[in-house]
Amino acid sequence: MIEEYDPREGRLLSLLDEEGNLLPVPAGMPRLSDEQALAAYKTMVLARQADEWAVNLNRQGRMPTYPPNKGQEANSIGALLALRQDDWFVPAFRELGGMLVRGLSLKQYYLYWYGNESANHMPKDTFRMMPMSVPVGSHMLHAVGLAWAERYQGSDRIAITFTGEGGTSEGEFHEACNLAGVWKAGTIIYVQNNYWSISLPWPKQSASPTVAEKGFAYGFPGIRVDGNDVFAVYAAVKLAADRARSGKGPTLIEGVTYRLGAHTTSDDPTKYRTEEEVKQWEPRDPLLRLERYLVGKKKLDASEVTRLREQSLACAQGAFEEAEQVADPHLEDTFRWHFVEMPDLLAQQLERRKA
Amino acid sequence: MKVLTLIEAVTDALRTEMASDRSVVVFGEDVGVEGGVFRATAGLQRDFGEERCFDTPISESGIVGAAVGMAVAGLKPVVEIQFSGFAFPAFNQIVSHVARIRNRTRGALSAPMVIRMPYGGGIRAPEHHSESVETFFGHIPGLKVVIPSTPHDAKGLLIAAIRDPDPVIFLEPSRAYRAVRQEVPEEAYSIRIGAARVEAEGEDLTLVSYGAQMIEARQARAALAAEGRSVELIDLRTIYPFDARAVVESVRKTGRLLVVHEGPQSFGVASELMATVMEQAFDRLEAPPARLAGPDVIYPMPRGEKHYLISAEQVMAEARKVMSYEP
Repeated sequence: MIEEYDPREGRLLSLLDEEGNLLPVPAGMPRLSDEQALAAYKTMVLARQADEWAVNLNRQGRMPTYPPNKGQEANSIGALLALRQDDWFVPAFRELGGMLVRGLSLKQYYLYWYGNESANHMPKDTFRMMPMSVPVGSHMLHAVGLAWAERYQGSDRIAITFTGEGGTSEGEFHEACNLAGVWKAGTIIYVQNNYWSISLPWPKQSASPTVAEKGFAYGFPGIRVDGNDVFAVYAAVKLAADRARSGKGPTLIEGVTYRLGAHTTSDDPTKYRTEEEVKQWEPRDPLLRLERYLVGKKKLDASEVTRLREQSLACAQGAFEEAEQVADPHLEDTFRWHFVEMPDLLAQQLERRKA
Repeated sequence: MKVLTLIEAVTDALRTEMASDRSVVVFGEDVGVEGGVFRATAGLQRDFGEERCFDTPISESGIVGAAVGMAVAGLKPVVEIQFSGFAFPAFNQIVSHVARIRNRTRGALSAPMVIRMPYGGGIRAPEHHSESVETFFGHIPGLKVVIPSTPHDAKGLLIAAIRDPDPVIFLEPSRAYRAVRQEVPEEAYSIRIGAARVEAEGEDLTLVSYGAQMIEARQARAALAAEGRSVELIDLRTIYPFDARAVVESVRKTGRLLVVHEGPQSFGVASELMATVMEQAFDRLEAPPARLAGPDVIYPMPRGEKHYLISAEQVMAEARKVMSYEP
């Protein structure tokens, strides 16, 4: 099925149009049910409200540097909905929606960006998730190793990892794709192509017309999906997951999307892109498209939309206040987690700090 | 007991741990069919199967990065970097992930693994094959760095490294691979990481070294003994966390310190040991602590190696200076 969407022939998997109409879904194509679509929508509203609130908090001086997700939410939400809760999730740092699907609390998410490592304490058996990865492109290899290890241990768990299109220029993207291909690892490499990596546009990032076609050079398929269409993302990841789980190996997925906000709150996108360009993408907002679909299906009405937004904002506000109340790490916490048993050298340095 | 070379002891340790723990997997460039360019993994693929000892593409970052995922998922990867001079593509993985994942997640996830690599000069190798890298790794919070100089230590320390719950960089002195033979117990045993070994006791000088440089240190000690000088020789064995207590205790007895290592002098292991001795045994010092280290130059190609390596005669000369110092 994936092979039918060859990016080298200009194919793009898209199931929901801009008006929110579901196009005819080809036979055999996984389809998000309306109930799942409604659940995806609720998560997306929460992610959007939480994201915008984080930017707002940064302007108030209450939140340090923060990378907005706005406009890209369908990618990680659709992807995580297509996986099992016990599959590995190896995020970059713009996958808030997917983390909510996985069960991470907003309080914990905020606590990370608030600057407290304790936010990353995510027990393996509960989350099967690596912490967010800041060194661009370096974490995709972990998903290859996780999938390899699961197969070695006789499990059918697979691994998904995310990066931006900028991450595909790092050597470690190549190494991850190459090893995944050679080892036929059960890995899904999902690239959120949001066109801008800080100030560099995609055509200056790569001379390749698409990210997805790079997969073929490593011996596995790549597929381009409309990353602002949660139905298309879900379908592509479900197909890739079935391939991975049945031992057919990795898939490269390029979610074509757009970062409506800044790279981070420290970035000023007006320096490198026009307002007209941003405006072109606003009608393609994944949240509005899904909303139109659900309203059309009578799963949602205007008052419910308003209520969900208000509820989600209140939830975000409450979560941040809770995060603010979390005590800063103790001096000992800064030392004690480097080794299972603290070496004397480190223990002596700790004692001096205490004095 | 069998008499083994250092590299045979490495193989023996890998074999011992692979036999007792299925989570131990060994991989790297040419480690499978060929058994490694130095033959450290000889026979392991034949005996444990391709799934547990396998060849990878030339992909140092890939090897270590994939090992991070494997370790998080519960395996114990023991990976080989073919030469320490080729470890640098993996540096990002080691610094940004291997060393940090436990602290970043406050213990929820960890990546215990062993990253083995031959290191050091004196083997008449091409460029990039002779680097001493212990200081790079010793400077990264979250890593243990181990260097054996004898077959007995190589087996015991490698077994300890494989069983360690934290990541260990295991540097093998390639010049000593086949230069030293020793009786090695056939059963499994481990040597505590972080413990130096007093190889020979003495009264007049504390001589600290590690790795292949121990060969010249031993020769110097023996020659000095013939002159009636009593040198205490310590093999540091662990670069991080180094055994400050053993070194300080010895200097408190002898009053004099000489540290000898192959790696570049500035910001090297000797500097750290000298500083520690100044802090903790200043009142017992009878001479300024001294060091004899590689110069701060790029490791020369084989025709120029002689200008870099430290001979037993140089160690002796420096030792005599320290022992005869009078304020």
